Amino acid sequence: MSSIAQKKGFGATIWDYMTTVDHKKIAILYLISGGFFFLVGGLEAMLIRIQLMKAGNDFLSAGTYNEVMTMHGTTMIFLAAMPLLLAFMNAVMPLQIGARDVAFPFLNSLGFWLFLFGGIFLNLSWFMGGAPDAGWTNYASLAIASEGHGIDFYALGLTISGFGTLIAGINFVVTIINMRAPGMTYMRMPLFTWTTFVASVLIIFAFPPLTVGIFFMVFDRMFGANFFDVTMGGNTIIWEHLFWIFGHPEVYILVLPAFGIFSEIFAIFSRKRLFGYTALVFATILIGFYGFMVWAHHMFTVGLGPTANAVFALATMAIAVPTGIKIFNWLLTIWGGSITFTTPMIYAIAFIPSFVAGGVTGVMQAIAPLDYQLHDSYFIVAHFHYVIVGGVVLAILAGTHLYWPKMFGTMLNEKLGKWTFWFFFIGFHLTFFIQHFLGLMGMPRRVYTFVGDQGWDLYNAISSVGALFMAIGVIIMLVNVIMTTVKNERVGNDPWGDGRTLEWAIPSPPPFYNFAQTPLVRGLDSYWIEKMEGNKKGMTFAEPLGDIHMPNNSFIPVVISLGLFIASFGALYHLDGDKPWALPVLIIGLAITFISMLVRSLKDDLGFHITKAELLEDQKRGETDGSK
Amino acid sequence: MAHDEQTTERSQTEYEFLRRKRAEEMRGQLTSFAMMIFLTLIAFTAVAADFSPYLIVPIILLLAAVQVVLQLYHFMHLKEKGTGMIAFFMYSGMFVAFITILALVTIVWW
Amino acid sequence: MDLNKQYTPRTWPDHPETATMEGKNKFVGFWLLLAAETVTFASLFATYLALKDKGPSGMELSASQLFELPLVFAMTMILLTSSLTSVYAMYHMKNHNFKAMQAWLGITVLLGATFLGLEIYEFNHYVHLGFGYTHSAFSAAFYTLVGTHGAHVLFGLCWFIALMLRNAKRGLNTYNAPKFFLVSLYWHFIDVVWVFIFTVVYLMGVIG
Repeated sequence: MSSIAQKKGFGATIWDYMTTVDHKKIAILYLISGGFFFLVGGLEAMLIRIQLMKAGNDFLSAGTYNEVMTMHGTTMIFLAAMPLLLAFMNAVMPLQIGARDVAFPFLNSLGFWLFLFGGIFLNLSWFMGGAPDAGWTNYASLAIASEGHGIDFYALGLTISGFGTLIAGINFVVTIINMRAPGMTYMRMPLFTWTTFVASVLIIFAFPPLTVGIFFMVFDRMFGANFFDVTMGGNTIIWEHLFWIFGHPEVYILVLPAFGIFSEIFAIFSRKRLFGYTALVFATILIGFYGFMVWAHHMFTVGLGPTANAVFALATMAIAVPTGIKIFNWLLTIWGGSITFTTPMIYAIAFIPSFVAGGVTGVMQAIAPLDYQLHDSYFIVAHFHYVIVGGVVLAILAGTHLYWPKMFGTMLNEKLGKWTFWFFFIGFHLTFFIQHFLGLMGMPRRVYTFVGDQGWDLYNAISSVGALFMAIGVIIMLVNVIMTTVKNERVGNDPWGDGRTLEWAIPSPPPFYNFAQTPLVRGLDSYWIEKMEGNKKGMTFAEPLGDIHMPNNSFIPVVISLGLFIASFGALYHLDGDKPWALPVLIIGLAITFISMLVRSLKDDLGFHITKAELLEDQKRGETDGSK
Repeated sequence: MAHDEQTTERSQTEYEFLRRKRAEEMRGQLTSFAMMIFLTLIAFTAVAADFSPYLIVPIILLLAAVQVVLQLYHFMHLKEKGTGMIAFFMYSGMFVAFITILALVTIVWW
Repeated sequence: MDLNKQYTPRTWPDHPETATMEGKNKFVGFWLLLAAETVTFASLFATYLALKDKGPSGMELSASQLFELPLVFAMTMILLTSSLTSVYAMYHMKNHNFKAMQAWLGITVLLGATFLGLEIYEFNHYVHLGFGYTHSAFSAAFYTLVGTHGAHVLFGLCWFIALMLRNAKRGLNTYNAPKFFLVSLYWHFIDVVWVFIFTVVYLMGVIG
């Protein structure tokens, strides 16, 4: 296990990635699998828009439409947006704080494989008797009545991938608390690290209620528990509460890292220190705090009573304040800056009006009486797509362009990047802006078709054309990725030329130990400070060159996740009652998981050392390809 | 990572001081254990004595809260230095726990 | 980290559980897990409170008829005492007295196993009264809440035993000290949850 680079065969590379505990490689795994699920979810979105292209369309049957719609939401939130953001967190955050790896490299890998197996399990439902069809919120009153195994796929798949996300959240928080380089105080952390921190804290507190709610659902279906069966004393509102106690913070789990990415972009491409750094940090924390106090605004029409509705309406409106603080800080960062319109920067600039539009409609819905009118209409669909696409997806696309050189050592083509942007951006507004009006005209969401001549036909057709534009944008991006990878023009440490934070001070991609010597951080925007002082090395070192301790690779995470994957099939088919093999499969799967956990616990794994001589050799060769 | 661990040999006085300090701490732990047992006894007795529920419920909830504080700060060593961040996270968890319980007790519609 | 490094009580670090970077990370990470567990149990408690005494119309069994305090009192005392014995184990761990630590851990495991046995007896008893898992929403919420706690106790026991056996021959070092420390934290947390279970479920249940 030396740091000497070798050309490896295809099989060896696959094995390397399956056993890796290196945060940069796990980031690539998250990016690839999240990207794949993004394409799947996008395909489902296209099916929805084709179905709704014209009145009375029969492209999809009502049942299939419900499945497609459910899977589109579930896939995009849990299997695309979150992992893609986790990819950037993994790739960048440890570099930004000057760490050699995350706090728990093994758990990092375990978190990824749990997510992947959970995602695969959920999507296998398409081929194994029907996908879930009760919406991504999976309201119990609807879900309990759903026939077939769709809901079970939803419940078990999300449980597995939810554990993965929880693990990732804990890992990042500990990393940021314990692994910061000397001098990297909390108030010197780059904003992307801050938003990663707050989003990870939200993960820690938001995922348990979801897991508990899903367990209730599984118990109701598997063991005949009666949590949601009203005739047996159950209460379906419990599901709604537990889901939204998770669901609302989840929105901030998605959007805060997006804010972080944009904050980095604004500072880099305006060549200015972030305006109001302190205010941005506190706004981030405040948004995280409010995130837990507003969930019932999703339930205004349930009938919780005027007191509850008033409290949650007020709390919801209050969130607009810290969000507004952020918007103004970004605007003032650009103000007077020396701006370069690179691809990430135009995404960032386009993000501001798009996201503000989503925020304003959000405040409209916070007004409970108005929400009674808007509820379950296309206005809601337009609102949350403005927030999620206008905020999160734009950030993911911007982040992909920004961090691609850091992750792969080569730049995405700028011209194609801008084509992607224009197609996607125009398509996005074309699709969703008009849906506000569809909603105000009374078109309900989650219906598979509509009757013509209500004034909805043209608007729906326009919306579908917009979706086509977005699809073209994504295809151009894929072409860009392939072309860039084939060309493979290597870049240096700071390919954008204006990097401010530590990750731009080391090679692209970084060597697997990240920093040969731990840096000493002397202020906010550490790399920028060193550049301004003419330090050619890009950082001040906190320690002399010495041996570095690194963790061993491990195959156990894959085995643990595979065990749960197998067990889920057992649990799922055990419900049928006529499949005697189901119970043994369940037991074998759990046994695989627990035995591999025991092996992990009992076998000492002390890691290995890279010697000083190897590090010196690395430096002499100027090795930058980051492979072991 | 591993090379940050240094071993130092303590002098006899230092060692004895540490032993004594720990023994004292252990006596403190015994005291808090006695208090926990005592609080539990009060709670059970109050219920067995059949007072009005409006009196008992707040009292036993308060006693439970006191016990939790004893467990966290004494048995789980939260009173030691450098645990501020941990305490912050535990309190955040308790805050979320509180609003969850409050919501499901008050606004589940029926 | 050198596993063969031998410590004496004189060279044993003051805080062996956080003497290494790995130990520090595990310490903070485990507390975060406990914070997440707090929310998990809160969701279970909240559901229990929402569904307490709820069942099909004309349901006969309610909390005040079902629960008997003497058994719960015994279980509470046993679990509280096991919390103290694990404190003793950590006291000896800090003094680098491996044998005493193992002995106290052994007592903790015995107490925990007794607790678990009583809980199984209790559940069995209720099921025989006709209060099965599928009896009502109330029964589902009760068994899920108390059963999740019981599953935690079981997991804790397995963890204690695995650590004791694994390290029986090689004694204490800074590699396994954090592991012993974490399992004792976990054990205290289980006790904290039980404090609320006996208060909210049993005592408030008996009051009606």
